Amino acid sequence: MADAPPIEVRGLAKRYGEILAVDDVDLTINPGDVFGYLGPNGAGKTTSLRMMLGLIRPTAGEVRLFGRNPQVSVKALNGVAGFVEAPTFYPYLSGRANLELYAAFDGGDGAGKIDEVLETVDLRDRAKDKVKGYSHGMRQRLGIASALLRRPRLLLLDEPTTGLDPAGMRDMRELVRDLGRRGITVLLSSHLMPEVEELCNRVAIIRSGRVAYEGSLEELRARAGISYRLRTIDDVLARRICERQPGIEVIDDAMPAGLLFKAPSEDVVAALSLALAGAGAPILELTPRQASLEEVFLQLTEGGPPAAEVEARPDEIEAAA
Amino acid sequence: MSPILTVYRWELRKLRAQKRTYLGLGAAAAVPIIFVVAVVTGGGHPNEVAFGRYVHDTGLAIPLVMLLFGSIWLFPLITALVAGDIVASEDRNATLKMILTRSVERHQVFAGKLLATATYAVLAIAIAGVVATGAGVLASGFNPVTTLSGTVVSAPRGLLLVGASLLVYLLPILAIACIGLLLSTVFRNSGAAIVGTLMFSLLLQLLAILPGLGDLHPYLLSTQFTAWQGLLRTPTDWDPILRSLWVCTVYGAPALIAAGLVFLRRDVAES
Repeated sequence: MADAPPIEVRGLAKRYGEILAVDDVDLTINPGDVFGYLGPNGAGKTTSLRMMLGLIRPTAGEVRLFGRNPQVSVKALNGVAGFVEAPTFYPYLSGRANLELYAAFDGGDGAGKIDEVLETVDLRDRAKDKVKGYSHGMRQRLGIASALLRRPRLLLLDEPTTGLDPAGMRDMRELVRDLGRRGITVLLSSHLMPEVEELCNRVAIIRSGRVAYEGSLEELRARAGISYRLRTIDDVLARRICERQPGIEVIDDAMPAGLLFKAPSEDVVAALSLALAGAGAPILELTPRQASLEEVFLQLTEGGPPAAEVEARPDEIEAAA
Repeated sequence: MSPILTVYRWELRKLRAQKRTYLGLGAAAAVPIIFVVAVVTGGGHPNEVAFGRYVHDTGLAIPLVMLLFGSIWLFPLITALVAGDIVASEDRNATLKMILTRSVERHQVFAGKLLATATYAVLAIAIAGVVATGAGVLASGFNPVTTLSGTVVSAPRGLLLVGASLLVYLLPILAIACIGLLLSTVFRNSGAAIVGTLMFSLLLQLLAILPGLGDLHPYLLSTQFTAWQGLLRTPTDWDPILRSLWVCTVYGAPALIAAGLVFLRRDVAES
C-alpha cells in the first residue's frame, strides 16, 4: 500500500444505457506527477473523475487511490482531495463557514488550517461573506481551499480554469503549478492543450471515453512530426503531382492557398521540388513546420484537422492571455 | 465527535441559516396565536371537534383543538418543508459531490440528515404546543380540563396530558417526515418532494372520508393524528396509541429504508 501509485485505473468503464461514457480506461499516475487528463468536452473526463472519487459506480474496472478502492469506503480518499466540474458550496453560508463544514466532515483536523488556505487562495478578506455573493473565480479558489484543508497528497481538479477570466486563469494555473512544486500529485482534467502543456509533465488524451494517448509531453511532441506547407503558381497541378510522388502524403488541401503534406525525409521533399519544377508548377513557398501539441491533440481527438486548418479558438485566446 | 453527530450538528446549522426553517417554525408559532385571537374575538366554539366546546373554559383545550386542526395540512406541510428539502437541497446546490468526497460515509450523512429532520419536526410540534398552551392560558385561564369521558382533571394534570398528547402526535408526524425524506431522496427536487408529501397526507385523509372504507380507518396514517385522544379518556385508552405506534412504523420504516438505500446506492452524476 505504501508504494502504491496515487492513482491506478484498470479497465474502467461506465455505461449509461446505450452510451459508453468511459471505455476500458487504464491509467497510472505516479507520485509527483502533474498529470493532464485531456479531452474535448463530452469525452468522459468528468465521468472518469467521478468514478475515481467514488461518486459513481463503474460499470466495469477498478480505481485504486494509493492502493485503496474508493467504491468501498471514503477511507480510500484519505490524502486525496479535489472536485468535479465546478466546486460547490452552501450559498447561504459564508466562505469560512463552508470551509468549517468541510473541515468538520474531514474529521476536524483541517479547522486550524482555514486561515492558511484562505490566505493561499487569496480569499481571506471575503471569508465572512456568504458564498452566494461570490464570483465564479472566487468559488473556484474556494474549491481549491476546501481541497487543501485535507492536506492532500493527491489532488484531482476538473477543469479548474473553466469560466475564469484571463487573470483568473493565470492565477489558477499559478496555484496549480505551486501545488505541483510542493510535491502534491495533481490530476488536472482539461480540454485546453496549452494549459496542460504549461502545467503538466505527463498526459493522457481521452477520446470518446477511450485513452488515445498516455505518456510524456516530449513523447507526444516527437509523435507530432514535421509537415510542410507548399504553395506554387498552380496548386491544383501541385496537388496532382504530390499524390503521384512516392512518400508524399497530402494532409490538407483545403487551405486558402497551397496545401500541407507530410514526408518521411528531406530527400523525398527534394525530389518533390524537382518534380514540381519539371511539371511547370514552380514553388512559391515550401516551409517545414513542427506540428503543435494542439494539432496533435486535435488529430488524436477528432482524427484530424491538420496544422494549417487550426485556427485560434476563443479559449486559446484566453489561454494565451 | 462521531461522524454522524458531526453531520447532524452541521445539518442543524444549515437549517438555522435557511429561511424555510423559520417559515415552518414561524407558522407553528403563529397559527396557534391567530387561532386564539380568532376564538377570543369571535367568541364562538369549534364544537365539531373534540375539546372545541371548552376553549373558553380552559386554555389547555386550545393546544388539543390545534392538534386536530393542524393535522389536516398545517403540520404535515411544516414537516414536509424540511423533510422534503433536506436531501434535495444538496442536489439543488450540487453539494453532494463535495460532502461525499470528504471523510464521512454515505450512511453517516444520511443518518445525520434523518436526525436533523426529526429534530426539526419535534421542535415544530413543541413550539406549536407551547405557544398554543401559553396563548390559550392567557386567553382562557389555567383551568381544569374535562376529558372525553366526561371526568374533570386538574390543570397541572391536564398540562401533563397535553404534553403527552404532543408526544403521541409526533408518531404520525415522524412517519410523514420519513415519507418526505424518501421523496426528497428520490425526486431530488424540493418542490416536488414537499408537494408530494403533502399530497400523500391529504390523499390518506380523503380515503378516511370515503364511504365503504370504514375497516381501513384504524390503519390510515391520518387516523393516527387522533390517537392521543386515548390519553384524554378515563381510564386511559392505550389501544389507539399502541396501534399508532405500529401503524406509523409500518408507514415510516419502509420509506426510511427505501430512502436510505437510494441514498447509499445512487450515482452522484448530476450534482
